[in-house]
Order: sequence, then C-alpha cells, then structure tokens
Amino acid sequence: MAHLSYEASIKRVYYGLGLLAVVTLVEVFISLLGKGHIIKGAENYSVVIYTAGVIIAVLSLYKAYFIIYEFMHMKYEVKGLAMSVLLPTALLIWAIIAFFQEGNSWKNRREQIKEKNETPADTKNLQGMLSKQDTLWLRM
Amino acid sequence: MATADTVLEHEHDVQQGDQWGGGKEPFKVSYGKLMMWYFLLSDAFTFAGFLIAYGSLRFSSPTWPVPDFVFSTAPFGIHHAPLIFVTIMSFLLIISSVTMVRAVQEGHRENKNGVVFWMLLTILGGIGFLSCQAWEWTNLIATEHMTVSTNPFGTHVVSGEYLDDEHGHAYKDGTQREQFKAGQSYLIHKHFDEKTGHDEWIQRRFLAEDGTTGVQQFGPKAFGALFFFITGFHGFHVFSGVAFLTIIMINAASGLYVARRNGYEMVEKIGLYWHFVDLVWVFVFLVFYLL
Repeated sequence: MAHLSYEASIKRVYYGLGLLAVVTLVEVFISLLGKGHIIKGAENYSVVIYTAGVIIAVLSLYKAYFIIYEFMHMKYEVKGLAMSVLLPTALLIWAIIAFFQEGNSWKNRREQIKEKNETPADTKNLQGMLSKQDTLWLRM
Repeated sequence: MATADTVLEHEHDVQQGDQWGGGKEPFKVSYGKLMMWYFLLSDAFTFAGFLIAYGSLRFSSPTWPVPDFVFSTAPFGIHHAPLIFVTIMSFLLIISSVTMVRAVQEGHRENKNGVVFWMLLTILGGIGFLSCQAWEWTNLIATEHMTVSTNPFGTHVVSGEYLDDEHGHAYKDGTQREQFKAGQSYLIHKHFDEKTGHDEWIQRRFLAEDGTTGVQQFGPKAFGALFFFITGFHGFHVFSGVAFLTIIMINAASGLYVARRNGYEMVEKIGLYWHFVDLVWVFVFLVFYLL
C-alpha cells in the first residue's frame, strides 16, 4: 500500500497471520476448557460455560474487526464508505436478541404444551372457550 | 478513475449543477470495489440470518448435541480429538487469506509474477479447505449416518448407566456397566442386521438415576439440516472463490491487468471476496464448533 513502505506492509501481514493464529488457538483452548476437556469437572459450573462463551464471542468479533480493517483495508477507506458498510450490521444486534429470546420462549412453551396435553380435559366447565353460538356474531 | 480525461473535466467543473454530472467518486473508490463491498454486506446478512436461525433453534431445543463430541474425529483414524480437525481447517483459511493479501500487495507494485505466485498459493489453500470439508462431510454421512432429517447425535437429560453394551446386547450379570452423565452426548450407531437384511439403529437401553429406564433418543432434527445447509453454503462460497481466483490468476498471468494499469484492481476485488469467506468462517467456527 501507498500508506506504508513495501517492507513495513509485508511485516504487517505476517504480524496479522501470527495474531489470527494465536487468537484462534486461544479460542479453541477456552472452548475446550469450558467443555471440561482441560480441567475435569469444569463443565459442571454454568458460570464457566457462560464466561467461556462470552470470551470466545468477543475474540471472534476481534478477529472479524482485524480481517475487515487490516486485510480488507477498511482502515484506509473513506469514513463514509466504512460507515455505509458497517453501520447496517448494527441491525443484527436486535435480530440476535429478538430471535434468541423467541427460541427460549419456544422451549419454555414446549414444557407448558406438554403439561397441558398430559392433564385430562374438563368437559363440564369449558371456561374461556366460546361455544358456537357465542361466535356466530363474529361471522356476520 | 483518475484518468487524464476525468482530471481535465474536474478542472472545468466549477458550476454547482455539474456536481451531478458524474466523474466524482465521493468514497474515493471505484464503482466495482464499492459494489463488491455492498454485495459482501448483503451476503453477510444472508449468513447472519442462517446463523441466527441456528442459535434460535438451539435455544428452542431442550437438548443439543455437544459440538466437541460431534466433531472429534480426524483423518487417519484419529478419534477423541475434539475440534482439532476444524482448527486445522481454520488455519488453512487464515493462511490463504494472508497469501491473498500478499497477492494484492504485489499487484500494487505491478509485479505480475508475484501476483500469480501468491494467488496460486491462495487457490491451493482454498482447495485444501474444501478437501478437509469433503472429508468431514463424508465422515458424518457415511460413517456416522447423519442426514438432513436424521440426527443420530443425542444428549442425555439425566445421569445413569447403560443396560446394553455398544452392540445393543444386554450386559451379562456381573460386568461393569458403562456410566453416563446428564448433558453428555452420544452417537446412535447403525449396523447391518443379517437376520432382517437391512440396517438397524442400535438404541441402547439405560437406567437413569431417578429409577426410570429408557432408550437412547435421536437428537434434534434441525441439527443435521442446519449443519449441512450452513457449512454447505459456506463451502459453496469457498468453491466459487476458488473458481474466480483461478480465472483471475490466469488473466493476470496472461498480462491482461498489466494493460489496464490500475494496480491489479481485479485482484483486489476478488481479494475482498476471499477475505469475506474467511470472515464468515470465523463465525461459522464460533457458532458450530466453539460454543
């Protein structure tokens, strides 16, 4: 690049290789730690599992930042270009929160549906259920 | 592009109305590169949609196969090596990303041989990754019998001990029974039954801690479908990348980009795409294997 001398930019590339390799190895190590492969019994503590998950996610985001800014040269682009590409991805923050919440509530409801299916129906007191005559006016 | 003609036009460009006449690059980048960025943005949303679907289905399932159990085999008969093979696959993509950066740098120096050499290494890295993925898929489909609709990787909900051995036969009295813990994943094996003449699943019976007995259940169906669709979609991106890299390498070798005198911009554009494939793998690796 014109921004760095040829030798300096080559150095920068191999620095990037080392950095990504080390971060990946650290991620794998933390992931295995959280699953109890390195210290037996660590997987029994949910604190360990969640902390490991958060650290790995942050490290992955750092890798993404490094690839975009160094390898894809976003650092050297005009601010408007960088913002027009990067800002829309902020929409994903809400997508992640909303869909994970949705998935979780689905799981809880599975249990609720199972419970309701197991309780026998009370045919005498149909509370909260509309009879056919009650709904006639809805169809008019 | 700052050719001599457009520079001349800029000098005449004094009136306000002419601002809209074109020839200006507000982002100081060519049309092709800008559109590559926007294509990658749209592709990022596609992948994000897939990965978020994975996350929400995983949240919605009472159990989920433990990735370090599912992905613990490697070629040459290696077993019980959690995540080692996929880590090697990640390294292949990282290295091919680095060789791609080198190709772009040599392009800026108008060094034709350098561009071709580093692009060739990048292509080899991509082919290496695809070969690893082919092995991984073959192992999952042919050896472990996972399909888009059948997931033989189940997970125990309560701790207990098995009543059958690995071949599905009841333990003889006095033999040590295999124990398992809640949250531990297992693989339901398939074997050819000579009596019936077709394949049978061996679902081992077990005695749980709470005194109930049960058989190994299949894991959530979505797992197989999500795995094959998402890693397949990424693998298809790698495959297209390799195809385009090959075309552009041949063009570069033929001297086409020397004639264009734009610092091998085409190499830069395919470079953006190739880094994006690596970038997506960072998240596929995170979601499927690490978490």
